[in-house]
Amino acid sequence: MISDPDVVGTLYLVSIICFILALRFLSSPKHARRGNWVGGVGMVIAIATTLALDGISNWLLIIIGGAIGSIVGVVGARTVKMTAMPQMVALFNGVGGGAAALVALAEFHVAEGGDLGSEEIVSIVLSALIGSISFSGSMIAFGKLQELISGRPIVFVGQNVVNVAILAAGAGLGIALIAGWDEQWALIALIGLALLFGVMFVLPIGGADMPVVISLLNAFTGLAASATGFVLNSTLLIVAGMLVGASGTLLTLLMAKAMNRSVANVLFGAFGQVQTGAGAARVDDGRTVRATTADDVAVQLSFARKVIIVPGYGLAVAQAQHDVRQLAELLEEKGIDVAYAIHPVAGRMPGHMNVLLAEANVPYDQLKEMDEINPEFPQTDVALVIGANDVVNPAARSDPASPIYGMPILDVDKAASIVVMKRSMAPGFAGIDNELFLDPKTTMLFGNAKDSIVKLIAAVKAQ
Amino acid sequence: MTDIGLVTELTVLVLAIFLGFEVISKVPTMLHTPLMSGTNFIHGIVVVGAIVVLGFADDGFTKTIGFVAMVLASANVVGGWFVTDRMLEMFKRRPDEKREPKR
Repeated sequence: MISDPDVVGTLYLVSIICFILALRFLSSPKHARRGNWVGGVGMVIAIATTLALDGISNWLLIIIGGAIGSIVGVVGARTVKMTAMPQMVALFNGVGGGAAALVALAEFHVAEGGDLGSEEIVSIVLSALIGSISFSGSMIAFGKLQELISGRPIVFVGQNVVNVAILAAGAGLGIALIAGWDEQWALIALIGLALLFGVMFVLPIGGADMPVVISLLNAFTGLAASATGFVLNSTLLIVAGMLVGASGTLLTLLMAKAMNRSVANVLFGAFGQVQTGAGAARVDDGRTVRATTADDVAVQLSFARKVIIVPGYGLAVAQAQHDVRQLAELLEEKGIDVAYAIHPVAGRMPGHMNVLLAEANVPYDQLKEMDEINPEFPQTDVALVIGANDVVNPAARSDPASPIYGMPILDVDKAASIVVMKRSMAPGFAGIDNELFLDPKTTMLFGNAKDSIVKLIAAVKAQ
Repeated sequence: MTDIGLVTELTVLVLAIFLGFEVISKVPTMLHTPLMSGTNFIHGIVVVGAIVVLGFADDGFTKTIGFVAMVLASANVVGGWFVTDRMLEMFKRRPDEKREPKR
């Protein structure tokens, strides 16, 4: 058993270094996996050191609890489909927040009778508050992404009044606790209100904005862990939690920027509610979409020099990633230059599309980010849009009335010709029409993305 | 755990914020999903708090709360790590027999 605080502190410092290195290694896909292993080593050191602390008992409970959590974690992580990754991240994020809140509650309970300093009580209140919001918010985000709850924003009359009331009551309890009101039920009530607030906070946010919400809640859990560090006087928790807090905050800002909206607008704008005006303003100028066949597209592709594939979430839903890679390889064998254009918000969370294509063995150096690929569209013969919609909608550049106006998009419309693979004319996740489909350079290949691509592969082979 | 004093803790906190922004801003968009799940794994460090609470608990209430925290935190740690590893394993370069990317 370790009783020397310097030894404990030094071992924790090694863990901190491991976590920082883990994030450093993530700067390139080449050694990112090694980074995760380094992080794992850091975690093992931290856990082993804590278990070896003088006076730790209740071994049976620790082992059973750890085993249950680990089994759930491994099974969940092993079985989740890559398309379901955002909800998995939301779930693991939520449980972390919940754990932080519970640790705060337990610390408060143990200290009842009042040997808590103001630093501790402030940290307990913050940890309980933020952790609980993160827990229930993540669960709602999970429910929305898993489609257990409607992905549409859920709003009702007087919502703001209710939210303000919850916040005010929560703040009142928090201040009372900090002022020295030593009542356990008050902290439990605070947790209850925070849980309720987490639900109310995420319900009005539409499914398309979930990436922003998930990264924000990720930051929240980090902050809750950091606050727990202040309660326990643990620099390890303070640093590790804050690294996550910084990461989540940065990603939230990046996501909002990629959608050209402020974080506040994403969180409180109830996107999807304000669309009626945009739809009604559109004039029917008689232009219609042109449908095409797999054979025609095959001819177009075979005579192209440069093809850019623009994958969207529709591709992942149809599980067509492997078929797309086959098609791309087939075209490359014909000497055609093929690249993939990845929009920052393609998929359901930042970088999600990269993971989905990596799963299909698409080499990552073929995946091009938006800023890198946009100048190449004017020299592109065919842009093949598969199940993407909002991220290629030129209205983002041209129509100030559009809800996505100002969002950076892939300049697909600058290619010599565009083929859009789509199931039907239904609007995208943001629920708005797409001008691109009416472009005279555009042809539409309707049908399930997987079926269409399989047909396309056969047709290209026959060329 | 030893108390190092509030100001020192705040100093550490502020340095961690700057370090966090610095390190995270170097992560390419391509790896943002693994980054999220990787940081998800890191905040599982709250498991240390769960162990401390449960390990030093001597009444039913604290044991119950500590136990639930232990379950949640270990699901966070283990699940977060495995899911990140599974994703990162998939990121591969073009096989060598094929041409290297131009430029």
